[in-house]
Amino acid sequence: MSGLEVEGIHVRVNEELVLKGVTLRVPNSSVVVLMGPNGSGKSTLAYAVMGHPRYRVEKGRILLDGDDVTGLKPEERALRGLFLAFQSPPTVESVRVGTLIREALARRGFPFSESEAIALLERVGLNRSYLPRGVHDGFSGGERKRLELAQALILKPRFVVMDEPDSGLDVEGVKLLASEVAGLAESGAAVLVITHNPRTAEILAPDRVAVLVSGRIVAEGGLELVREIGERGYEVVAG
Amino acid sequence: MSWRPIPGEVAVEAPPIKPKLELKGRISRSLVEEISRAKGEPEWMLRLRLRSLELFEKLPTPSWLTGVEELDLEELAHYVHPDFERAASWEDLPEPIRAVYEKLGLPEAERKALAGLAAQLESETVYLSFRKYLEGRGVILMDMGEAVQRYPDLVKRYFMRLFPPSDHKFAALHGALWSGGVFLYVPEGVELEAPIEAFFFVASDLLSQFEHSIIVAGDRSSVHFIEGCAAPMLRRYSFHDGMVEVYVGEGARAKFTTLQNWSRNIINFNNKRALLERGGSIEWVEIALGSKVTYTYPSVILRGEGAKASIYSLTFARAGDWKDTGAKVLHLAPRTSSEVVSKSVSVEGGVSVYRGLVRVAEGAKGSIASVKCESLVLDRESRAYTYPRNEVEEAEATVVHEASVGRLSDDVLFYLRSRGLREPDARKLVVLGYVGDFIDRLKDSMSGLFLEYYAVLKRVLETEFEEMGGYG
Ligand SMILES: Nc1ncnc2c1ncn2[C@@H]1O[C@H](COP(=O)(O)OP(=O)(O)OP(=O)(O)O)[C@@H](O)[C@H]1O
Ligand SMILES: [Mg+2]
Repeated sequence: MSGLEVEGIHVRVNEELVLKGVTLRVPNSSVVVLMGPNGSGKSTLAYAVMGHPRYRVEKGRILLDGDDVTGLKPEERALRGLFLAFQSPPTVESVRVGTLIREALARRGFPFSESEAIALLERVGLNRSYLPRGVHDGFSGGERKRLELAQALILKPRFVVMDEPDSGLDVEGVKLLASEVAGLAESGAAVLVITHNPRTAEILAPDRVAVLVSGRIVAEGGLELVREIGERGYEVVAG
Repeated sequence: MSWRPIPGEVAVEAPPIKPKLELKGRISRSLVEEISRAKGEPEWMLRLRLRSLELFEKLPTPSWLTGVEELDLEELAHYVHPDFERAASWEDLPEPIRAVYEKLGLPEAERKALAGLAAQLESETVYLSFRKYLEGRGVILMDMGEAVQRYPDLVKRYFMRLFPPSDHKFAALHGALWSGGVFLYVPEGVELEAPIEAFFFVASDLLSQFEHSIIVAGDRSSVHFIEGCAAPMLRRYSFHDGMVEVYVGEGARAKFTTLQNWSRNIINFNNKRALLERGGSIEWVEIALGSKVTYTYPSVILRGEGAKASIYSLTFARAGDWKDTGAKVLHLAPRTSSEVVSKSVSVEGGVSVYRGLVRVAEGAKGSIASVKCESLVLDRESRAYTYPRNEVEEAEATVVHEASVGRLSDDVLFYLRSRGLREPDARKLVVLGYVGDFIDRLKDSMSGLFLEYYAVLKRVLETEFEEMGGYG
C-alpha cells in the first residue's frame, strides 16, 4: 500500500509497554484522525513513527509507501518525506527559526528563499520577526503550533503526523489548520492528526477516525465515532 | 595514558630543538641563579626570583586544583634556550623552525595585519620584528629579558607589581623561573593602528614555559595586543605558567585577545591582570580551545574613576578536559563599569568551570557591573559548574548576575533530527548558534586578522562535530 502504515507495533518506553499491537493505515491523499484518552499512547505512536530512540519498537513494522523504515534513524525517515508536528516542541534557543528552516530545506536539496519563508510564516499567522528568533524560544502555545505547521508546509512532506496541532490554537487558527491539512492531503500526502477536540475532528472532515485506548486501537470508523465519543465517552466506545 | 590528537589542532610536527642551554630538574636556588646568570640579569631581578622561590616553597598548593595529577615539576626542563640567535626576519631562522611558523601562518598574518610580532619557542623569543616607524614614536616592543637589561628602571616599575609572586603558588613559581614574553610600551597619546601579536609555541615534551609579558598603554594611547598559543602533539605533557600584566593609563584604550589553541597535552596556567586609571578601558577576549587542563581568570582592577572593562571568554572542554576559567573585576573608583560574558561548551565528558569575582569597594559610587555566564552541555557525560561571587560594599552600585546552563537534551536532538539533520549536524548547529554572537564580537575586534582566527575556530568546531555521534 502507498501511504503511512503502522503494522502491529509494540512500543516500550523505559520499562513500560505503552503500545500493545497497534495497526493503522493512512493512505496517500487522505486524512486520518486519531483520538484517545490522556495517556493512551497517541504521542508514543507519533514518536515511534518518527523514530525517537527512547520509544523502542519491539514488534511490528512502520512502512512508508511500502518501505520498512522501522530500523531507520529519524533523520533518514525525515528525508524520506516523513514529518512530525510535535505536541510540545522543545525550545532550541541557540538555533534561529530561519537557520532551522534553511538547514532542513538544504538536507532535502530544496533551495531556501527568505521571502518564501516569510510568506509561509505569514500564511500561518506569524511574520518575518520570527525568523531571527530562537526556535520556539519564548513562543506562546499557539505560536508554537503555528511554527510547527509552517515547517510542515515548507518541507513538503509526503507523510505527516500532527500531534495535537489544534491545542492552544484560537478559533481562526483551527480553521486555518483544517484548510492546510486539506491542502496537504490534496497534494498527495498521508496525514495523521491526533486530537482531543471533537470540533477539530469535524472541521477536518477526515477520511477515517481511529480510537486508541490503553495502547490498542479499539475502534475505527467515520465521523459518527467522534459523535459517539462526545456523547458516551471512550469507555463505551472501547467496550 | 594514551593521547588522541584534538580535532582542529595545528597540524605541525614538532621541529627538532637542539638546546644551547637546558636547565631541568629540582627547583632550587642554584637553578634559579643559573637562569638569572644565563640571562645576564641585574641584581634586583635575581632578588625578585629568589624571593619568589621562597614564596613558592612556602605557599600551599591550591586545594581546588584538579586534573594536574601527572604534573611533576621535578621532571620538567624549566629553561630551554634553542641553539640559534633571535631573528628579526624569517629568513634568518633555521629552516625547520621557519617552516613551522609558515605553517602556522605567522609571516602572512604579520605582512597583512600586524604592527609587530614576537614569537617565542620554548623559553626564548626567537623572532621579533615591528614596524620601524613605531620606534620613532617611542613605542618599545622587546623581548622581556632584553628589556630587563636595556630598560631596567622602566621595567622595574611594572614587573610583577600588579601580579605579585605572593598571589598564589604558581605565581610564585612563575616569578622564580620566568623567561621570555614581551615588553610593550606605548607612550602617552600614541595610537597603534594595527595589532601587536605575541605567539607562544611549545615544541617539546616535559618542558615548562613561563613567559612574562607587560603591556604599558600610556595616557590616552590605544593598543591591541593579540596572544596566540600552539603546540604540536606531545608524547606526554608540557606545562605552561605564563603571566601578563597590563597597565592602562588615563583615557587609554587597550584590547587584549587570546586565542589559545594548545595541543591537548599542555597543562595551562595563565595569570593575567590589568590595572586601569581614570577613564581607561580594556576589552579582554579569551578563547580557550585547546589544552587538557586550563586555569585562567583575566582580572581587571578599575582604579581610576570612570574606567571600563569588558571580559569575554569562550571555552571548549572535551573528553578528559578540565577548563577552569573566569573573570575577576575590582571596582575601586566611582562610576566604573564592567561587563563579563562567559560562555563554555562541554562535550564528551569535558568539564567547564566558571569562577568569577566582582568586588565593588566602598566609595565606588555609581559603578555598574554585569556578569553573564552561560554554559552549554552537549551530553550527559559532560559538566559545567559556575562559582560566581559578588562582594558589594557600596550601596550606590548596580551589580547584575545571570547564569544559565543549557543542555542539549535528547528531546532537542530528536527534534532537530526529525527535521532531517544528522546527529553531528544537529549538534554543530546548536553550538555554532551558541557561539554566534561571540564570533560577531571577535569579528569587530579582530579587524584584518579576523578571518584567520575565525578559520581556526571554525575548523575546531567542524572537525569536533564531524567526529561525534558515531556516524561515518
Ligand atoms: N518518556 C517517557 N517516560 C516515561 N513514561 C512515558 C514516556 N513517554 C510516555 N510515557 C507514558 O506512556 C503513556 C502514554 O503516553 P503518551 O504521551 O503517548 O500519551 P498520549 O496519548 O499522547 O496522552 P495525551 O493525550 O495526554 O497527550 C503515559 O502513561 C506516559 O506516562
Ligand atoms: Mg500526547
